[in-house]
Amino acid sequence: MSKHLWTLFLAALIFISAGCTHRTVATALKPTAFGAALVESSGGKQMGATGTVLAQPVVVQVNDDQGNAVTGALVKFSGPAGVSFDPPSGLTDSSGQLSTNVTLGSMAGRYQVSAHTSTKAQKSVELKIEEIALGYQQQLGFQLDNRYCARCHDPESTPERVSNYDNLAVKPHPFAEGDTLNKMSDADLTAIIGHGGPALNKSALMPPYGYTLSKSEIEALIAYIRLISDPPYHASGTVYAQK
Amino acid sequence: MQSSENKLSSLWQTLFGHSVSAFGTVSLLLLIALAIAPAKNHFSEWRHYQKQYLALIRGRGDAVTLQRHFHDGFQQIWLPQLGVVDRCTTCHVGLNEASLADVSMQPFRQHPVIPHTLDQFGCVMCHRGQGPATTVEEAHSSTLAWEQPILPARYVQSSCGQCHHAPLTGTPQLNLGRTLLTRYGCVHCHTIKLPDGSAIQPTDDPPSLEHIADKTSREWIYAWLKDPQAYAVTATMPNFKLSDPDARDISAFLVSDSTPLAGDTAPAPKNEKTPDPTAAASLYGESFCASCHAVQNAAGNVVGGDIGPELTRVGTKVKPEWLRAWIRNPRVYDSGTAMPHYRFTDPQVSLLTSFLGNKTDSDFLANVHLDAATPEQIAHGKLLVTEYGCASCHEINGIKKPDNFAPELTRIGSKPLTQVIFLPGMTRALPDYIAAKIRQPRSFGAALKMPQFSLATAQVDALTAALLALTDRAHDLPTALTVPAKPPSNYQPAGKAGKLMDDMACFTCHAINGRGGDLAPDLTWEGSSVQRQWLLDFLKNPGTLRPALIRRMPRFNISDDDAKELTDYIMTVYQTPAFDRDSMPSSGYLPAQVEQGRQLFYSKYACQSCHIVDTKVDKGYIGPTLTQVGSRLTAPWIYHWLKDPQAMRPGAIEPNRKMSDEDAHALTAFLMTQKGSSKGAKK
Repeated sequence: MSKHLWTLFLAALIFISAGCTHRTVATALKPTAFGAALVESSGGKQMGATGTVLAQPVVVQVNDDQGNAVTGALVKFSGPAGVSFDPPSGLTDSSGQLSTNVTLGSMAGRYQVSAHTSTKAQKSVELKIEEIALGYQQQLGFQLDNRYCARCHDPESTPERVSNYDNLAVKPHPFAEGDTLNKMSDADLTAIIGHGGPALNKSALMPPYGYTLSKSEIEALIAYIRLISDPPYHASGTVYAQK
Repeated sequence: MQSSENKLSSLWQTLFGHSVSAFGTVSLLLLIALAIAPAKNHFSEWRHYQKQYLALIRGRGDAVTLQRHFHDGFQQIWLPQLGVVDRCTTCHVGLNEASLADVSMQPFRQHPVIPHTLDQFGCVMCHRGQGPATTVEEAHSSTLAWEQPILPARYVQSSCGQCHHAPLTGTPQLNLGRTLLTRYGCVHCHTIKLPDGSAIQPTDDPPSLEHIADKTSREWIYAWLKDPQAYAVTATMPNFKLSDPDARDISAFLVSDSTPLAGDTAPAPKNEKTPDPTAAASLYGESFCASCHAVQNAAGNVVGGDIGPELTRVGTKVKPEWLRAWIRNPRVYDSGTAMPHYRFTDPQVSLLTSFLGNKTDSDFLANVHLDAATPEQIAHGKLLVTEYGCASCHEINGIKKPDNFAPELTRIGSKPLTQVIFLPGMTRALPDYIAAKIRQPRSFGAALKMPQFSLATAQVDALTAALLALTDRAHDLPTALTVPAKPPSNYQPAGKAGKLMDDMACFTCHAINGRGGDLAPDLTWEGSSVQRQWLLDFLKNPGTLRPALIRRMPRFNISDDDAKELTDYIMTVYQTPAFDRDSMPSSGYLPAQVEQGRQLFYSKYACQSCHIVDTKVDKGYIGPTLTQVGSRLTAPWIYHWLKDPQAMRPGAIEPNRKMSDEDAHALTAFLMTQKGSSKGAKK
């Protein structure tokens, strides 16, 4: 009796899996050409709210070993749980590029997404691209940065917002400058934002914002600074064994 | 067949054949039946998760603390006032545990920091889903008995909008969605009522079509109707996907329906010299036209403001004689336009007319050939204009603005799924339906009237979030729990000055008493802030206050009398109740106090990081230049501003320094001595 059941179950399993593979084969794209390298054209290092689609698509390009663009190569995108791609795979266009819209996961943090293509010898080539998802706190921090901080702390000038960075006798640290800011504790950052540069024996050109921003706003700003830090910030303190 | 019947009867014999075995069997069955409920409880999903959680925390350094926070059994957040009964915390046990930051496994993740606590609002207020459910399936998905699935993280900001009707710094998506609802004119056709009963008002200003034939050609109307974004990529007018004959008939009707308006066209003066293109371009730049109007550059980037229409191909659109009259005084053609009356001289008008008239694109009208319209075509055009509800947005002679042209969206965020028709293959959830409807309205039926808008994915998501916020709950919440939006202000300055301010469209950029734009400083208390002579000079010839800004006050070429009228009005009416502007002298400060102020400026407060007092040394670029601040601002304004900038102008980015009275006095003294080298030296 049970033997029969098992056979039946096995048959069903084979049937279903056959059906599935059949379907994937039917929709799978066949590459018409193969490249040797995968490069990022645009769309890396973007910031977006958790769970949302990034403003710009991620565009990658497949090149051959001479560095020429390859048309018709198959590129597949993959990422950690929660990240989705539209389309998840495709063939490169006439300029060797494929673009995909990336939806971020629902946890704030850095998301490493990758693009894959294979060479003629079936060797897999991988390109890693990093995107940043802002949670509520980090997003609030980003808005506050834009309003109060970026004009001095962001050296990049645009016609819409001219940077004040070059005008300052003592240069402020850009917020992504992990080498410096990662060494400062949350308490240090809270002190310097709230009480100004002199609180940490630094320049008075950094004014205090403790009477302008609330405590939770300063926390949001720090959460944002920690998230965009490059190299990434790892909180010090008790580290528990990971299960 | 025979054998199985035999087997059954022998089984019956064994179980119930004798009274003793029958009694035994029945007791056993009863026991089993009684055990079902406790067993179901024991093997329930939530118990499984609680056990898993206990196993997870066992190995951690703070296991004791976590264990103490953990409560066995059903957990429930009950908030009768909000109608919240949430049992989510039965499985999501670690939501409040800050030390679980490294755990990414659900349902044990720590909740990210938000401004509210769980005990205040529960879970489903923001995440939707079924609060009282106790299985994963019922809590998260929509089943036969439960309608609300979990809201995807993508739209979670919509939940903030149920209570917060004013913009929040932390919800850019929701803010954008709400702006788009009014800016793209959604609310012209769809009524959206707020909980206080008022309806959301559109902020776009679709042009009246009553005199359209004076302004443009029938060919342009035709091409525009066929594809507005082909004319201007930034156009907010949607595409109605009209067939060629329909577009032909509508253009025929609009032109035949148009009435002439006296003074809205002006012929070119005779023997006019060919204007100098360089002078024209620099006049365009000096007048800060780009603050409101964008132009697509050679690289395809649209550069400029979005208050007025894009001008990339304006020469193909408007008739030169109309353009001339418009530049001379736009208020003749459209009394409510956001465009200021610049009071240009005739040569200046000619310069700009030719400069803009040259912005043409021969491709746009290349394939448009229309024969003279027949009465049938015009009649059909009128029918189409009525059917498509054009008059919901535009004023059209002889056609009344329809009421409730499209379905009301006041409670769209709670629309029952049974009333929604989904497309095949679509996720059966409200957010997906709304997003699909915005993205491609006609995919739900070719005969639908809703046009195709040109929106990026982020804009569609933002609109969806804004619409999802319009729930039953948002309307039924006690008012004490909602944060209302600032009511729109219809403030109107009085008298001749009020007329002048309308004529120069001050409210397009400046806000006063809650009405107006945010491109330029709020002028509600301008009369307390600036000195009379400075204001008079500035109105006549606006100089540069903030060197880093590309959008600045243009010169309106106003007459001495008008400038005086306006200055008197501003100085008299726009005064703060906080202080008397004459309570501190504008000069005569003691040198010692001035010197103390100078030291405070450069050392303790390091004001030079943002402001320039001495153009040779200081480089600060963010705040206004202070080289002549002593002839611009009043002493009490400077003093009170230093004490608390945000009290003087909400949202000011200058940080509040909680300055002592003495420091503020000294700095005021120092700044009041900055009178500038000569009057109006720095332009």
